[in-house]
Amino acid sequence: MSDMSLNSRPVSGVIGSALRSPSFMIGFLLTVLFVLAAVISFVWVPYDVTVLNIPNKLKAPSLEHWFGTDIFGRDIFSMIMVGARVSIAVALVAVGIGIVAGVPLGLLAAARHGSLLDEVIMRGNDLVFAFPALLIAIMITAVFGPGAINAIIAIGIFNIPVFARLARGAALSLWTRDYVLAARVAGKGQARISAEHILPNILNLLIVQGTIQFSLGILAEAGLAFVGLGTQPPLPSWGRMLAEHQTLYALAPQTVIFPGLAIVLTVLGLNLMGDGLRDIFDPRLRRAR
Amino acid sequence: MLPFLARRIGSLAASLIAASIVIFLVIEVVPGDPASFMLGLNAAPDTVAALRESLGLDAPAFIRYWEWVTGMFRGEFGVSYTYKVPVGNLIADRVWVSLPLTIYALTLSTLIAFPVGVLAAARRNSPTDVSIMGVTQLGIAVPNFWFAMLLQLVFAGILRWFSAGGFPGWDAGFWAGMKAMTLPAVALALPQASILARVMRSSLLDTLGEDFIRTARAKGLSRRQALWRHAIRNALIPVLTIIGLQFSFLLAGAIIIERIFYFPGMGSLIFQAITQRDLIVVKSAVMLLVFAVILVTFLVDVTYAVADPRLRRGRS
Repeated sequence: MSDMSLNSRPVSGVIGSALRSPSFMIGFLLTVLFVLAAVISFVWVPYDVTVLNIPNKLKAPSLEHWFGTDIFGRDIFSMIMVGARVSIAVALVAVGIGIVAGVPLGLLAAARHGSLLDEVIMRGNDLVFAFPALLIAIMITAVFGPGAINAIIAIGIFNIPVFARLARGAALSLWTRDYVLAARVAGKGQARISAEHILPNILNLLIVQGTIQFSLGILAEAGLAFVGLGTQPPLPSWGRMLAEHQTLYALAPQTVIFPGLAIVLTVLGLNLMGDGLRDIFDPRLRRAR
Repeated sequence: MLPFLARRIGSLAASLIAASIVIFLVIEVVPGDPASFMLGLNAAPDTVAALRESLGLDAPAFIRYWEWVTGMFRGEFGVSYTYKVPVGNLIADRVWVSLPLTIYALTLSTLIAFPVGVLAAARRNSPTDVSIMGVTQLGIAVPNFWFAMLLQLVFAGILRWFSAGGFPGWDAGFWAGMKAMTLPAVALALPQASILARVMRSSLLDTLGEDFIRTARAKGLSRRQALWRHAIRNALIPVLTIIGLQFSFLLAGAIIIERIFYFPGMGSLIFQAITQRDLIVVKSAVMLLVFAVILVTFLVDVTYAVADPRLRRGRS
């Protein structure tokens, strides 16, 4: 596990190198674009997405409807704006679940390295890893029925071992450091050392991984919605927009192309931002690659 | 090697037991009684009770768990509530669609990623490398089900090279089956190939910076010889890990892609079984998929240990 703490730099330096990193800037702008679309959709959208206008269905893109209209005559551009809300909210909360549950587990496992507890936590992680996220979602849906909340739980559960492993691996290398030894000599307990000395030093890694899991969450949410296990009507979702027009792609390509592009650009933005952040936090990696 | 193998088989068994308990418990708490579901709303309570008894649903949970698990060892998965045929037969029919699709996609992904990754690493920072990195960055962001729809649009809708969906079955001949699987396999493979190519590239770049490569160059090997004889072999370990992980992604991805192409695979079996409350099918089908994933992880670990004796001492 790379050790980024050695390379921590003052904040002004970080911002400076962020501005000079093209991949970070492109990713950041794309991400801001979709977050803005989601936020603005709460107060304004070009057309109301809950109103069906069947005579106006499957219109090609025009000045009136920038991205055309769907099978129910709804404005696709407006639906993508509102859909951004769902995608971002689901993925964000799922990352939150992963961090809130996974990081303490990982820190605990590292603090008690080699103990039975460590073993139990790590094997539990392996077990969750053995279930592909989609299977977790299918089983949760079988029990509780489909919906955005269950999609969040399914994706969130899958995020827990990711963060637990990352936190444990990074924390293990820090436990051998002199400053941790000094803290132990000073009489600090494992919990306090984990919170005060380990956590701040693995924050960079967590942010980078959080960005990547965020983008995976967007993809997973779209996939679940696509098979009907995610967000339910009437709330629009990018994945369900694709599913609803699965048989219409030849007749009205815009119904399939634009929601798909929205997913691709959001995920691309987050990935570029994650790559950029990694380079910024750890310049050694940039030279090595 | 033997102690390593024994330890690894032990943890394989433990994972399988734990997974089966989790699956059993989840299915156990599903609301809705299969017996009343099968008989409809107007069934008399004693009829429902009789059916529950004949299905073995009135036995205590741990007995039903035990019978389910030992049954699987004997190859008996019970009888589907809705289809009235052995679950084993149902799954066997579907596995021969989903598994070949997954393997086809994994093969494609590896065959594409390997040369692309090597090329990018060998020409590091050249325009070739930069464009490969750009294209793969995009490939990672593309959802496979959307890509599948675009492939349908172009290759089935416009060019008419392939049919847009449906699987003729292996009875129609090997090549007919493979042809029907090509678009779904490509849709599954390309996003994964993007990830794999990037891993191949960065792993190879790490290896090329090692001392033994400098030694190889110093003893007179050309860059190309050092690359092929020493670097690639050593760069393969992380690549193998990702290939193992991709198996599980592809298997799950196949469930979605099958829907787009109307394939009679595990995906449609599981989705139908859920809507019909045919829980006995869901339980065994999910268990089989998880078994496949755990088994592949196990095989990857054992392969490492064969390739690199240092790893036999256990993971840190």
